[in-house]
Amino acid sequence: MADHSSEHSHPTPGLYLVILTCLCVGTVLTYFAATWEMGVFNPIVALAIACTKATLVILYFMHVRYSSKLTKITVVAGFFWLLILITLSLSDYITREWALGQ
Amino acid sequence: MDQQREASTFGMWVFLLTEIMMFGGLFGAYLIYRIKYYDAFVAGSTSISVNWGFANTLVLIGSSFTMAMAVWAAQKGNRKWQINFLILTMILGTVFLLIKAKEYYDKYEECHIPGHIIGKGFNAWGGCKLDDPKLGNIAEEMQEHARNSRRPVPADAFVEQTAKQTEIFFSFYFAMTGLHAFHMVIGLGLLSWLLFRAWRGQFGPDYFTPVELGGLYWHFVDIVWIYLFPLLYLINRTRTGI
Amino acid sequence: MPEKHYLNDNYGIRSWLLTKDHKRIAILYLISVSVMFFVGGIFAALVRLQLLTPNAELFQRDTYNKLFSEHGINMVFFFLVPSVPAILGNFVLPLMVGAKDLAFPKINLMSWYIYIVGAAFSFAALCAGGVDTGWTFYPPYSTGYAKTPVTLLAIGVIFAGFSSIFTGLNFIVTVHRMRAPGLTWGRLPLFVWANYATSIIMILGTPVLAITLILLALERAFHIGIFDPRLGGDPVLFQHMFWFYSHPAVYIMILPGMGVISELVTCFSRKRAFGYPFIAFSSLAIAVFGFVVWAHHMFVAGISTYSALVFSLLSFAVAIPSAVKVFNWTATMYKGSISLETPMLYALAFIGLFTIGGLTGLFLAALGMDIHIHDTYFVIAHFHYIMVGGMVTAYLGGLHFWWPKMTGRMYPEAWAKLSALIVFIGFNLTFFPQFILGYLGMPRRYAAYPPEFQVLNVLSSAGASILAIGFLLPAIYFMYSLAYGEPAGDNPWNAKGLEWQTTSPPPTHNFHHTPVVTEEAYNYGAPEEVPVAH
Repeated sequence: MADHSSEHSHPTPGLYLVILTCLCVGTVLTYFAATWEMGVFNPIVALAIACTKATLVILYFMHVRYSSKLTKITVVAGFFWLLILITLSLSDYITREWALGQ
Repeated sequence: MDQQREASTFGMWVFLLTEIMMFGGLFGAYLIYRIKYYDAFVAGSTSISVNWGFANTLVLIGSSFTMAMAVWAAQKGNRKWQINFLILTMILGTVFLLIKAKEYYDKYEECHIPGHIIGKGFNAWGGCKLDDPKLGNIAEEMQEHARNSRRPVPADAFVEQTAKQTEIFFSFYFAMTGLHAFHMVIGLGLLSWLLFRAWRGQFGPDYFTPVELGGLYWHFVDIVWIYLFPLLYLINRTRTGI
Repeated sequence: MPEKHYLNDNYGIRSWLLTKDHKRIAILYLISVSVMFFVGGIFAALVRLQLLTPNAELFQRDTYNKLFSEHGINMVFFFLVPSVPAILGNFVLPLMVGAKDLAFPKINLMSWYIYIVGAAFSFAALCAGGVDTGWTFYPPYSTGYAKTPVTLLAIGVIFAGFSSIFTGLNFIVTVHRMRAPGLTWGRLPLFVWANYATSIIMILGTPVLAITLILLALERAFHIGIFDPRLGGDPVLFQHMFWFYSHPAVYIMILPGMGVISELVTCFSRKRAFGYPFIAFSSLAIAVFGFVVWAHHMFVAGISTYSALVFSLLSFAVAIPSAVKVFNWTATMYKGSISLETPMLYALAFIGLFTIGGLTGLFLAALGMDIHIHDTYFVIAHFHYIMVGGMVTAYLGGLHFWWPKMTGRMYPEAWAKLSALIVFIGFNLTFFPQFILGYLGMPRRYAAYPPEFQVLNVLSSAGASILAIGFLLPAIYFMYSLAYGEPAGDNPWNAKGLEWQTTSPPPTHNFHHTPVVTEEAYNYGAPEEVPVAH
C-alpha cells in the first residue's frame, strides 16, 4: 500500500530558505504591528501572523504538505480539539456577567 | 521500510497531538485571564524585554531551518552535513535557553517571580530594590508611560492594584515559558542522541526516520514559541497602551 | 496445549521485565492493575465499615476523607482506566487484527514501566499519610490548605495518565496500519472499534489533565497562583480544566467494556451483531460527544446559567449513542441461540446494570434535578452502577472469555457462575439503597449521617461484604486454574474472530501464517455452525 505522496521528494534547501525568510519577515512584521494603534485588530493581526507562521512550519518544515491524508486529518483534528476546549470554557466566562445582570 | 516510516511518522504526530492539547490547556487558561485582567496583562507584558523575545524568536526559527536541513542531509546520505546541521541546531537551541536564563534572571532581580517561595517575593508596585526603587516597579512604569504619551496619568490606587494583578500574568509567563524550556531541554537531549547516531553513520536514504521524528518534535517546540512570543511579549506595545 | 507458546518461550525474570511481546506486557499489567484494584477495594471496605454507624465512630473525619479519596484515586486512575485497554486490549487487539504485535512494542513496555512509576508514587503518597482532597483535587483546598501529600499523588496520576497515552497511541497506529489482508474497517471486531475510540479520547483528553495537575503542583509548591482567589485566580477554572479530561475519562473507562460486551453477546447468541455500523459509529460518537459535556459536573459551582443550559442539553445528547448500543445488543440476542456461560452472565448483567446507571445519568444531566441530587449518594450510585455494574462486570466477563486464550486453561465453570451470581447480588444490595439515600438527601463524602439513614447504609455495607467475596473468588479460582485447570483448546467457545484461529496460549509471534480475512465479523449462523463446546 505505497502512499504516492511520500514518493515526492522532500522540499529542497532552496524552498527551506524561502520559508525561513518568510518566517523572519513575519516575525519582524508582528513586532512592528504590535506598536501600531489598531484597536481590536491588534490581537487579531498578531494571531493571524502567528497562525501563518505555524502553518508554514507545519506544511513545509514538518512535510505535512507531502504527507498522507491521514496525517493531514490528524493535524487538523488536534487544533480543532483545542478549539473545543477554548471556546466552550470561554462560553462560561463570557456569559457569567449576563446571568448575574438579571 | 517505507511502511514502518509512515507508521512511525503517524505515531509521532499522534504524540504531538497530546502536546498540542497539553500546551493548549495552558493557553486556554491564559486566554481567560487575559480577558479578565487585560490591563494587568498589558502591564506585565510591557515589563518583559521584547528585544530578547524577538531575538529568541529568530534564534528558534533559525534552528527550525537548520533542523529541516539536517533531515534533508540525512535523507541525502550526507554524513558531514547531517552532523553539522544537527550541531548548529543544538547551538541555536542552547543560545535560546541562555537568553531565557538571562530573562529569568532579570525577573528575579526585579522581584517579578510570583509566589514567595522562589525569588525575593513578588513586588511590582513598591520598588523591590532599595537602591534602585524604579527597578521592576510596574506601577511607576505605568504612570511614566502615560506621562510620556501625554495621556491622563492613572491614579496611584489603580496602578497599584493593576501591578498586584500582574502576579497572575507572571504565573503564566513562567508556567508557559518554563514548560516550553523544559521541552527544549528534552529536545536537546534527543538531538545529542541523534548526533551520536549520525556520527556513527547510521542514517542514509534508506533509513533516516529518527532524524525525521526528531525534526517533527523540534518544529513543534518552535511552533509553541511562535505563539508564545506575541501572546506574552506583544499584548500591547502601542504608545497609548499602558 | 501447544508445546511452545509465549509463556514458555523464554524463562527468567529478565525475559519478562524486558519483554516486547504484547501478550507478556498484558500479563504484567494484569498483575499490577489487580494489585491496585485490591488497594482501592480495601479503602472501599473501610468506607463501608465507617458508614455502618451514623456517628463517625470508627474513623475520625480527617481519616475518613483520606479513605474515600484514596479509594477514588486508586480505582479511577490505576484500575478503571487501564483495566480493559492495557490488559485485554493489549493481549487481544493485535490478535484480532491479525498482527504479530502492536505497532510500537518498546513503547508498549515503556507504558507499563511508566504505570509502575505512577503506582509507586501512589504508594509513596499512602505511606506519607494519604490524600484527603477527594479524587477531584479541587483547589483552593488542594493548593492552599491540604497538609497531605497531594503533590506526590498528583505526580503519580500524571505518570498513570502518560501510560494510558502511550497505550492509546499504540492502538491507533496499529489499527490504522497493521490490519491483516482483507481486514477492512468494516470487518473489524467491535472490540477493536471500541478500543480505537477509547484511544482517541486518551490522546486528546489526558494531556489536559497533565497540565492541570502540573499547575496544581506548581501552585502548591511555589505559590504561583492561577487558581488562587487571593491573587485573582478562579478555582472554577481548575474544575473546567480537570473535567475537560475527567468527563471523557469516564468514557475511556466504559467504552472498552462496551467493546467486550459486543464480543460476548455475539458469541453467546451465535448471531452476528445487529446494526454493526451503528455500534461501531456509536463508539466514535461517544468519544466525540464526550468532550463537550464536561461542565455538567459544575452546575452548582458558579458557572453561568446559559453555559449550564448548553452543557445540560449536550449531556442529554451523549446518552443517545449509548442507548443505541444497548438496543443493538438486545436485538442481537433476539432469536439467537443463547447459552449462559459465565461470560454471558456478566454480559447480561452489564446490559441491565449499565442501563440503570445510564438512565440515572439523565436525572443528573437535568439542570433542575441536579441542584438537588448533586454531591449526594445519588451521584455515587449512578457512577458505581456504570463503573462497577458496567465496567467491572464487563472486565470480568472479558477476563473469563479470554482466559482460556491467555493461559490455555479453563477456569472452573461452576465456581465462576456462582461468583457471577454473588457479584450481581452483592452489587445491587450495595448500590441500590444509595439511590434512595441520595434522593433522600444524604450527602457524599460525609463521615457521619443522620440516624434515619442508618438502615439503608447497613444494607449497603452488607452488600459490600458480599460483593467483596464475589471479587475474591475469581482471584482464587483463576490462580487455581493456572495449575489445575482443564486445558482449553484453541477455540473453547467456538467463537469467530482471528484470536481464536491460533493456539491457546498463542505462540510468541501470534500466528504461524499471516491470516487472510474473507468474511464479515461475527459470521455466526453459517450452515456448518457448531454450538458452544462447554
